[in-house]
Amino acid sequence: MNALHIKPGSSAHSAYDLRSNLDERQERHTIAVLVDNEAGVLARVIGLFSARGYNIDSLTVAEVDHRSHLSRITVVTTGTPEVIDQIKAQLSRMVCVHDVHDLTVEAPHVERELALVKVAGKGQDRVEAMRLSEVFRARVVDTTLESFVFEVSGTSEKIDAFIELMRPLGLVNIARTGIVAITRGPGKLEKRQD
Amino acid sequence: MAETLTGAEIVIRALRDQGVDTVFGYPGGAVLPIYDEIFKQNDIRHILVRHEQGAAHAAEGYARSTGRPGVVLVTSGPGATNAVTGLTDALMDSIPIVVLTGQVPTFMIGNDAFQEADTVGITRPCTKHNWLVKDTDQLGDIIHKAFHVATSGRPGPVLIDIPKDVQFATGTYHGPRPSDFWSYNPRRKGDPERIAQAVALIEAAERPVFYTGGGVINSGPEASRLLRELVEATGFPITSTLMGLGAYPASGRHWLGMLGMHGTYEANMAMHGCDVMICVGARFDDRITGRLDAFSPGSRKIHIDIDPSSINKVVRVDVPILGDVAEVLREMIALWRERGGRTRADAVAAWWQQIEAWKAVDCLRYKPSDRIIKPQYAIQRLEALTRGMDRYVCTEVGQHQMWAAQFMGFEEPNRWMTSGGLGTMGYGVPASIGVQIAHPDALVINVAGEASFLMTMQEMGTAVQYRLPVKQFILNNERLGMVRQWQELLHGERYAHSWSEALPDFVKLAEAFGCKGIRCDNPADLDDAIAEMLAHPGPVIFDCVVEKHENCFPMIPSGKAHNEMLLGEASTQGAIDAGGAVLV
Ligand SMILES: Cc1ncc(C[n+]2csc(CCOP(=O)(O)OP(=O)(O)O)c2C)c(N)n1
Ligand SMILES: [Mg+2]
Repeated sequence: MNALHIKPGSSAHSAYDLRSNLDERQERHTIAVLVDNEAGVLARVIGLFSARGYNIDSLTVAEVDHRSHLSRITVVTTGTPEVIDQIKAQLSRMVCVHDVHDLTVEAPHVERELALVKVAGKGQDRVEAMRLSEVFRARVVDTTLESFVFEVSGTSEKIDAFIELMRPLGLVNIARTGIVAITRGPGKLEKRQD
Repeated sequence: MAETLTGAEIVIRALRDQGVDTVFGYPGGAVLPIYDEIFKQNDIRHILVRHEQGAAHAAEGYARSTGRPGVVLVTSGPGATNAVTGLTDALMDSIPIVVLTGQVPTFMIGNDAFQEADTVGITRPCTKHNWLVKDTDQLGDIIHKAFHVATSGRPGPVLIDIPKDVQFATGTYHGPRPSDFWSYNPRRKGDPERIAQAVALIEAAERPVFYTGGGVINSGPEASRLLRELVEATGFPITSTLMGLGAYPASGRHWLGMLGMHGTYEANMAMHGCDVMICVGARFDDRITGRLDAFSPGSRKIHIDIDPSSINKVVRVDVPILGDVAEVLREMIALWRERGGRTRADAVAAWWQQIEAWKAVDCLRYKPSDRIIKPQYAIQRLEALTRGMDRYVCTEVGQHQMWAAQFMGFEEPNRWMTSGGLGTMGYGVPASIGVQIAHPDALVINVAGEASFLMTMQEMGTAVQYRLPVKQFILNNERLGMVRQWQELLHGERYAHSWSEALPDFVKLAEAFGCKGIRCDNPADLDDAIAEMLAHPGPVIFDCVVEKHENCFPMIPSGKAHNEMLLGEASTQGAIDAGGAVLV
C-alpha cells in the first residue's frame, strides 16, 4: 500500500499518466516503417518506443533498397487503439522516416519468421528430431554425428511449436529473426497521405 | 557550382548561405578550426557566452523573437553536454535552433579520447534530428538539411556533430538546395473536407471558444494576422496557452487572458462550458487540461496542428486538421466567408454575458499593501511603465513567470519568451541576451526570480561585454516561491529547502559585473526605481524585494478540473487531495 492511498489501476501511479482508466483493449499490430539507412536510425526508433513506454514484441530491420539507402523496419507492437495510433503518428513525424504502414489494418498480408534451432543428441532422440523436422519442413543446415542445426520458417506460432517439440530431444540454442511481413497480391504500398 | 573547401570553411560558408548573422558559442579544442575561420571573416558575428547552456537559451531567445533559427557553436564533450538543457528546452517548446558541436577526430571516436562524449547518442532524444558528419563532402548538405529540418513542420532543435579531422579535411561544397530536395517535407495544407466540417461547427456554435498556442507564433506573423481576422469576424472569445501569448492582442475585445493551471477564471470556465472548442496550434498539455476526464466535457473539438502526434494524443478531438496554422486558417476563413460568414450571433451574445459574469469575479485580484511590494503590484507597475514601448519580455520559471503572464499584456507575437514545456529555471537571462542581440534598440526585460537568476547569472558578463542593455527585473522573495507554494498547499507547510539562506547582494553583484544595480523594497519608491532602470542605457540588475509568502492564484490544483479553480487563500483549505499531490 502506498502512503497516498492510490487505488490500483488509477491514473495516479505516474505523474505523467493522466489517463483515468487503464485500458484493457490491447491489440497487436504489425507495422512496416521505411527509413533512411543512416547511422543511428534503429536507435531512434527503439528510443521512441522506450521513451514513450510503447511495447516492442518483435523488431527486424535490414536495407531493402541499396540505391536509395532505404531500410525496412518491421515492428510488432501491442497497445490500445489510441496507443497504436500514437505510435504511428510518432513514427511518421520522424525526420528519418519515409513511410509508415500498419499492415494489420491496411491490407491482407503474410507474416513470417525464420529460426535456427540447434539440437544435440544420439540414438532415438536424434531420429525423432529428424523425423519431426520433416513434418515442419525444416532444413538441416549443419550436421555432426551428434547434432543438427535446423532452419525453420513460418508463422511465429509454428516456430514456437517446433521449438517445444525439440526441447525434450536435446535442444541447445535458438536464434530467431523476429517477424517480417509483406502485403499479399501484386500491389505496392503507396506512400501514405495522412 | 561546387567548390572545394575545408570543413571549417564549409561551416562558415553554409551558415552565411543560410543567412545567419549571429552565432552564440564557446570555443574549445575540438572546434578550433571553425573558430579560426570565424576569426578570418566579418559576416557572422560570434557572441561569446559564459556557459554553453546560455548559448542554447540565447539562441532560443534570438529564434523566438525573430522567427529565424538561432545558431550555437560549442566544443566536444563538456561543451556538448552543457548544451543539453537548452536542446531539451527548445524541443519541448518547438523552437528552431541549430547546434554545431566539435567532436574528437573520427579515428579516435570510441576510444574514450579526451573530451569525447557520445554527443549524437546523448542528444538523440532531445533533438528533432541530429547528425554525426564523417565525411567533409557531406558537411555542407547536412548543414543545409539541418536548417530545413529545424524550421519546417513543427520546428525544433537540431545538432550537427563535426569531428576535428572533418573540419581540417577538404571536400566539395554545394550551396543551399530547394526545400523539395529533401525527403522530409511535412504537409502544410489542411484537408478541405475537414476544414468544411470545422466551418460547419463554427456556424452552429452557441458557446464557442478559441484555444490557441505556440503553434500560431511558430507558423509566423501571417498566422497571427489570420487568427485576429477570424476572431474579429466571428466575435468568438479567445484564450491562449503560456506559449501563445501575443498571437491575439491582450487589448483585443475578445481576449479572455491565459488559460490553464494559473490562467484566468473566465478562460478556464469558458473552456469548461464551451460547446465548440477551436484549438489552434496548442497541444492539450497537462498544465492546460487539468483533470482529463473532466476536461471540457460538453464540447465538440477542432484541432489544427502541424504535428500528427499532437492530434488525439491526450484529448480525442472531433475534427482534426493536420497542417500549418496559417494555411489552414486562410482556407477556413475563405470557406466560411464563401458560405455567408454566418454565426449564431444571439447565442454567442448570451455566451458573452455568461463570460462577463465570470470576468466580474476579478480572479487576479490580490490584497494590496503600502508597506511591502506585492509581486503582482510590481509587475503591474512594470507593465504600466513600459506599455507601448518597443518591448520584449523574457522570464525565468516560477511564480514570477506566472505573474508576468497574468499581468503583462502582449499585443504582438514574438514579444514573449518563456520556458513553457520544460520549465527551465535559468532560461531567462541568456534568452534576454539573445533577444537583445536580435533587437539592439528594443527594451528587453527579463522578469526573474532570485533563485532562477542565480542559475545562469554569469551571462551578465556577456551582456556587459557586448553592451546589451538587458533589464533583469528580479522579484526577490528570498524563496523558491513556486516550490514553497506547493509545499504550503500540498505538503502540510513543511518548507523543505525552498529558500536560500545566503543570497548575494544583487546591487553589489551588478557592480561586480560592471553594470548597474538598483534595489527597491518600498511600494512608494517603485515607479521611480523602474524609471531609473528604464533610463539607464546599459544592463541593469533590479532587485525588487517583494512579499515572501505570496501565492499565485488562481490555481487549478493538480488532478482537478477547470471548474474547480482555487481563487485565493480562503479557498485552499483541503482543496488538494492525495491523488493530486502525486502529480507534478
Ligand atoms: C532547473 C530547474 N530546477 C528546478 C526547478 C523546479 N522549480 C520550479 S519553480 C522553482 C522555484 C523558482 O524560484 P524563483 O526563481 O525564486 O522564482 P519564484 O517562484 O520565487 O518567483 C523551482 C525550484 C525548475 N523549474 N528548473
Ligand atoms: Mg523567488
